[in-house]
Amino acid sequence: MIKIEKRNDVSPSIYFLTPILAIFLTLFGGGIIFYVLGFNPIEALKFFFITPISDLYGFSELLVKATPLCLIAIGLSFCFKSNNWNIGAEGQLIFGGIVGGGVALLFYGHDGFYILPIIILSGAIGGMIFAMIPAVLKTYFNTNEILVSLMLVYVAKLLLDYLVVGPWSNPEGFNFPETRQFSEASRMPVLFDGLRIHAGIFITLITVFLSWLILYKTYLGFQIKVSGLSLKTAKYAGYKGKTMIIVVFMISGACAGLAGVGEITGPIGQLHRNISPDYGFTAIIVAFLGRLNPVGIIFASLVVALTYLGAETAQIFLQVPKYTGQVFQGMILFFLLGSDYLLFFKIKFLGLKKNEL
Amino acid sequence: MSFDLNFIGILIGAIMASSVPLILAASGELITERSGVLNLGVEGMMIIGAISGFGLMVVTDNLFLAVIGSMLSGLIISIIFGLLTQSLLTNHVATGLALTIFGIGMSAMIGKNFVGIPGKEFPLLFVNLKENIPFLGPILFGHSIILYFAFLLPFLTNYFLKKTKIGLIIRAVGDSPTSASNQGINVILVRYSCILYGGAMCGLAGAYLSLIYTPQWIENMTGGRGWIALALVVFATWSPIKVLVGALIFGGITILQLHMQAVGLRIPVQLLSALPYIMTIIVLVVISRDSRKIKLNTPTSLGQIFYKEK
Repeated sequence: MIKIEKRNDVSPSIYFLTPILAIFLTLFGGGIIFYVLGFNPIEALKFFFITPISDLYGFSELLVKATPLCLIAIGLSFCFKSNNWNIGAEGQLIFGGIVGGGVALLFYGHDGFYILPIIILSGAIGGMIFAMIPAVLKTYFNTNEILVSLMLVYVAKLLLDYLVVGPWSNPEGFNFPETRQFSEASRMPVLFDGLRIHAGIFITLITVFLSWLILYKTYLGFQIKVSGLSLKTAKYAGYKGKTMIIVVFMISGACAGLAGVGEITGPIGQLHRNISPDYGFTAIIVAFLGRLNPVGIIFASLVVALTYLGAETAQIFLQVPKYTGQVFQGMILFFLLGSDYLLFFKIKFLGLKKNEL
Repeated sequence: MSFDLNFIGILIGAIMASSVPLILAASGELITERSGVLNLGVEGMMIIGAISGFGLMVVTDNLFLAVIGSMLSGLIISIIFGLLTQSLLTNHVATGLALTIFGIGMSAMIGKNFVGIPGKEFPLLFVNLKENIPFLGPILFGHSIILYFAFLLPFLTNYFLKKTKIGLIIRAVGDSPTSASNQGINVILVRYSCILYGGAMCGLAGAYLSLIYTPQWIENMTGGRGWIALALVVFATWSPIKVLVGALIFGGITILQLHMQAVGLRIPVQLLSALPYIMTIIVLVVISRDSRKIKLNTPTSLGQIFYKEK
């Protein structure tokens, strides 16, 4: 007999163990999908999750992908913790990239240590401003932030497209939809020769630390958490709800903008149409998988980055489309949300007693 | 003059055609939301419907099977959402997002072998009337049966919600699941049914895109229409007839934007393409500003998890 009981409190170990359960269930589900597609599931999963990181280059690529994912997810955790649904991080990333890239083009051919910091800062501000649109509309016009932030993703994509095709396209570029390659002074320094891992990882790590500090050691962090748990309590406590909505969106947008500028000054080195493989959307999964906890998000970003690499490897070796990565990402979130049931309910397997028979 | 009038008629016909997927998806989602469930997976369910419809058409060469199959696949994928949100009590917003991400990925995976295959001509009704009657001809005739169904659907939905007992039950569940439950209504069952219905309508909306509107399979071919459909439900303040009006407005913007591009106005193409999205934001702001208006029809329990102590 199975009996389901409501738990009185959530045990912290289960809270952080269910994401691991979700990952295993995803591997199982992925195996089934590969089997249905006619592959040997064990071999396919090996191509997906082990081959990509079996050498140093692969491991560096993992960090290259995890860097923006972790950064965006950290920002999103501020929004999600306070019950603000910013799902337009992709747009904020692109807009940050546009602003940062514009500044980089302004400094084209110039040299100086101050150039890169200015570019990075302007990217962060770009993302921040873009994220403020849904926040301001939500606070002053009661507009649904989910829909507005999402619509702005399409707007940002089209703006980027316009710029790289039109006014910012490379004058010597034979009409390819891309800008000039940025000057050396505008590029993130590479950490090791021959690998693509760049200094952006430090920005991510610093942001993780700062966000831990804000969330767990400041009054603002406390306010964010309380409003997430109960809006009524937050109101009674006299927190300025409107200001807080704008602040969490600003933080989140700045992080996404930083991720965007990190991509274009790091691995990409110019602006073109596809500066992000949907990092802004995938980071939503990272944020949940990491339990909106800064340290959890670091691990989650590595796991989810692996699905990107895996999809690329599987595309080469198994000829499956790169979208396979998204199937895995969707599944992780499904299983994670589903296994949260274990947080709130106990499932007891009771043996049948003799007198019941 | 008669030529100009006829051209306007053709334009209106085109606007109607482009609003069909929005009407279908938004009408389905409206029922789902009226029962208190917020399913953000519209885009994912639509794209699954699009690839299933197109794939079945190629494999079976039967358009009827393709259309039915697309509805079934939209319904099947919405079961995942129902299972999670209703049985495992997960957050509606996060689950819907997962459904969209999963749906886009899954559709691209299934659709890999269908890229570049030309579509089949979908039978259009009353084609000779369309050509022989100026102005009204292209508006009223020469459409697919799905278009006629889509334009009937908001009225049917309105009648269903307001005049039938089941409609009343759905609204009761959406407004106060606890009291509905105390009245002996099986809240979870009602919500499951509404989720599945929404899924089937989104599947049909997707099939309209891949079988009729642009008859081919392209990755990501829904292009945000699912999200616009979600915005339409808010725009319509959960009233089916206004969904129709809203969908026509957005269809109008889409067609207008295409014509402006064709005429070669000196406005960047990308700006024109961004118009539907920017308009969505502006319309949302205008509608939402008056919170009383919004609250009038909003299902009170929208997006909230319902759990019955046993």
